[in-house]
Amino acid sequence: MSVLVNKNTRVICQGITGSGGGAFHTRGCLDYGTKMVGGTSPGKGGTKDTNGLPVFDTVDQAVRATGADATMIFVPPPFAADAICEAAAAGIKLIVAITEGIPVLDMVKAKKYLADFGDSVKLVGPNCPGVITPGECKIGIMPGYIHTPAQKGKRSVGIVSRSGTLTYEAVWQTSELGWSQSTCVGIGGDPVKGMDFIDVLQLFQADPLTDAIVMIGEIGGAAEEAAAAYVKKSVTKPMVGFIAGRTAPPGKRMGHAGAIISGGEGTAESKIAAMRDAGIRVADSPADIGKCLREATGG
Amino acid sequence: MKIHEYQARDLLAKAGIPVPAARVVETAQQAEKAFEENGFPLQVVKAQVFAGGRGKAGFVKLVKSAAEARAAAEFMLTHRMVSVQTGPEGIAVHKILIAGAVDIAHEYYLGFVLDRDRSTVSMIASAEGGVEIETVAHERPEAIIKEPLHPLAGMQGFQARRAALALGFTGKQANIVADILLKLARFFIDYDCSIAEINPLVLTKDGKILAIDAKVNFDDNALFRHPDIMALKDDAETDALEIRAAAANLNYIKLDGDIACLVNGAGLAMATMDVIQLHGGKPANFLDVGGGVKAEGAIEAFRILLSDKKVRGILVNIFGGIARCDLIAEALIQAGREVGFTVPVVVRLEGTNVEQARKILAASQGELPTLQVAGDLNDAAKKIVSATR
Repeated sequence: MSVLVNKNTRVICQGITGSGGGAFHTRGCLDYGTKMVGGTSPGKGGTKDTNGLPVFDTVDQAVRATGADATMIFVPPPFAADAICEAAAAGIKLIVAITEGIPVLDMVKAKKYLADFGDSVKLVGPNCPGVITPGECKIGIMPGYIHTPAQKGKRSVGIVSRSGTLTYEAVWQTSELGWSQSTCVGIGGDPVKGMDFIDVLQLFQADPLTDAIVMIGEIGGAAEEAAAAYVKKSVTKPMVGFIAGRTAPPGKRMGHAGAIISGGEGTAESKIAAMRDAGIRVADSPADIGKCLREATGG
Repeated sequence: MKIHEYQARDLLAKAGIPVPAARVVETAQQAEKAFEENGFPLQVVKAQVFAGGRGKAGFVKLVKSAAEARAAAEFMLTHRMVSVQTGPEGIAVHKILIAGAVDIAHEYYLGFVLDRDRSTVSMIASAEGGVEIETVAHERPEAIIKEPLHPLAGMQGFQARRAALALGFTGKQANIVADILLKLARFFIDYDCSIAEINPLVLTKDGKILAIDAKVNFDDNALFRHPDIMALKDDAETDALEIRAAAANLNYIKLDGDIACLVNGAGLAMATMDVIQLHGGKPANFLDVGGGVKAEGAIEAFRILLSDKKVRGILVNIFGGIARCDLIAEALIQAGREVGFTVPVVVRLEGTNVEQARKILAASQGELPTLQVAGDLNDAAKKIVSATR
C-alpha cells in the first residue's frame, strides 16, 4: 500500500513542451517506471513530445484519450492556476503542481475553485518536488534512485515536507538506515497550497504500509503548529520532525514564498515546541533525521 | 516588493481613499518651499526609507515654520538614519515627505493581509491604531477585528459596515470608513498586494477621516502583470551583493555572520545556516543556487560570497537531485582558480553523480589546499567552524 499514487496511476504532464522542464522531467518519470501517458500544450495538439508521448490541446482531450487520473504541472506561473483548474474540471483526481512563482491571489482563487470538487480532487503543491511511491510511481522532479521501495523485512516511513532538498536528505538517511519509504509528499513552499501537513498525516496514519512518519517544516505560517495539535489527537505512529530556519531573521523571505517570519509568527521555536509537545521527536540537525527515526522506533 | 510611504499615499489617493495633500522633496530648499505651499501652521517632515524606527531615530519631525522644515530636511539628508532595523551603519535618506499635521481625536488601524490559515485575504482592523498592530494583536487580541474575504467575491459591503461599526464609528462616519475599507480591499486585489495597511487612519477633531500613513507591499510573483508598480522599485536600500545575486538568478540574503554557505534548495539552505549555528558558528548568508544551477551561476555565487569581506570560510552543501554534484565540483574548482580560495572551504556533496564529484575534488586537492571534503552535514559544519576559529 501507499498513499496518493501507485503503479496503476496514469499521469499526464501539463506544459510538456514548454521551457519549464516538462519534457525533461517527464523523461525522468518514464525512466523511473511511472505510467506517463501524454501531455498538454495549448496549440500543439496532435503532435508528440520529445519522449514520443501524445500531446493534446486540452486536459479534457488528454483524459478521454489516455484515461489519465493524475497530472504533473510545469505550466509557467502566469498560467499555472488556470492549469490546475483545468485539470480538476477534466476529472483528474490528483494534481501535482511543480511550478514555482504562481501569484498568490491566483492560488487563492484556484483553491476555492477546487473546493467545489470536494475530496474527489487532491492538489499537491505548487512550488513542490512532487509525490513518489518508490518502485511504483514518481510524479515530480525528485531523484528517484535515492528512494527505497517497500519490501519484505524493511519497515516503511512516510515523508511529508515543505522543502524539496530536505526531503531528499530524509529519504537518503532513512534509506541508509535500512528503511523503505511508503510515499513521500512534497507539499511545497508556497503560503497558499493544496494538501497541507494534516491532510497527508491523515493518509499516512490510515495507510497500513506506513510504520512511521517524518514531517519536515520550515519557518512561516502556522501549519506545523496545527499539524502538531492534530498529531496529539489523532496520530499514533512514531513521528520524527525537523524545522528549518532557526537562524532566519524576521521579515526576510528565505527563498520559498511562504518562508517568512512576520509579526512574531511562524518562528522555528514555536513550531519545534508544538511538535515536541505532541510527542514528535524533532531533530536539532537535519543530519540527525535518520538517527531520530531509529530512536523513535527502537531500531 | 516594497514601496515608499509617499508612493503608497499616491496609489491610495488614486484609489479614492482620503489622503491629506503632501509634497515630496529632495533638497532642504525644496523643503522650505513645500512648507509654504502646503500652507498649514503645523507640518510633519518624514524621511522616505523602508526601514522602520524613523520616529525614534529623529527622522520624523513636527515643524512650525519653513525654516524649521528646512533645518529638519537638512539634517535628514546629511545624516544616515540608524535604527534597530538598519544595522549600525545606517541608511542614507534621499527623499522627504512634508505634509500638514492634523489635530487627531483618535487613531485607528486598517489593513489587509494574506491569511495563510484560511487561504484567502483577511481584513484586520483595530480602534487602537498608531502603534504596531502586531503588538496590539499580541497583548490585546480582543482589540483586533477580523473579516476574511471571499476568495472570489472579495469584500462585501456588509462586512465593511460591520467592521466600521465594530471600530466604534456611527452614522455618516461609519459609512465613510466602510467605503475606505471596500476601496482598500479592492486595491489589494487589483494590485496583487501582500500587505496594504493604513496606520493610522485618523479621526480629526473637526470630524474628518484621513489616511495619514500607509504601508503597501506587493507579491513579487505577480509583478509581471503590474508594470506600473514595477516602475516604482527602489533598490537604494537593498544590499549590493543581493542585487548582484538577483541578476544571476541566485537567491541570496546577506546576514551578519562570517561563515558563508552555498546550497541547493531553500529548505536545505536554511537548514545549513541552522547547522552552522548549532555547531557554534554564525552564518554569513542564505544562498539557494536552485535546482538547475549551471557552472556560470555557481561561479558567480562563489564570487559573491567571497566579496563579503566578513567571510572567513565557506560551507558548500549540495544534495544533487536535478543539480549534479560533478557540475558543482567543477564549478568549485573553476571558481577556486579564478578567484582563489583565501579562506577554508568545506564541501559536502550527496546525490546525483556524487562519485564523479568526489574524484574531481580529490584530483584537485593540490591545487586548492584550503578545500576539505566532509562526510555528512554535521561533519561539514564542525569542520568549517573549527577551520574558521
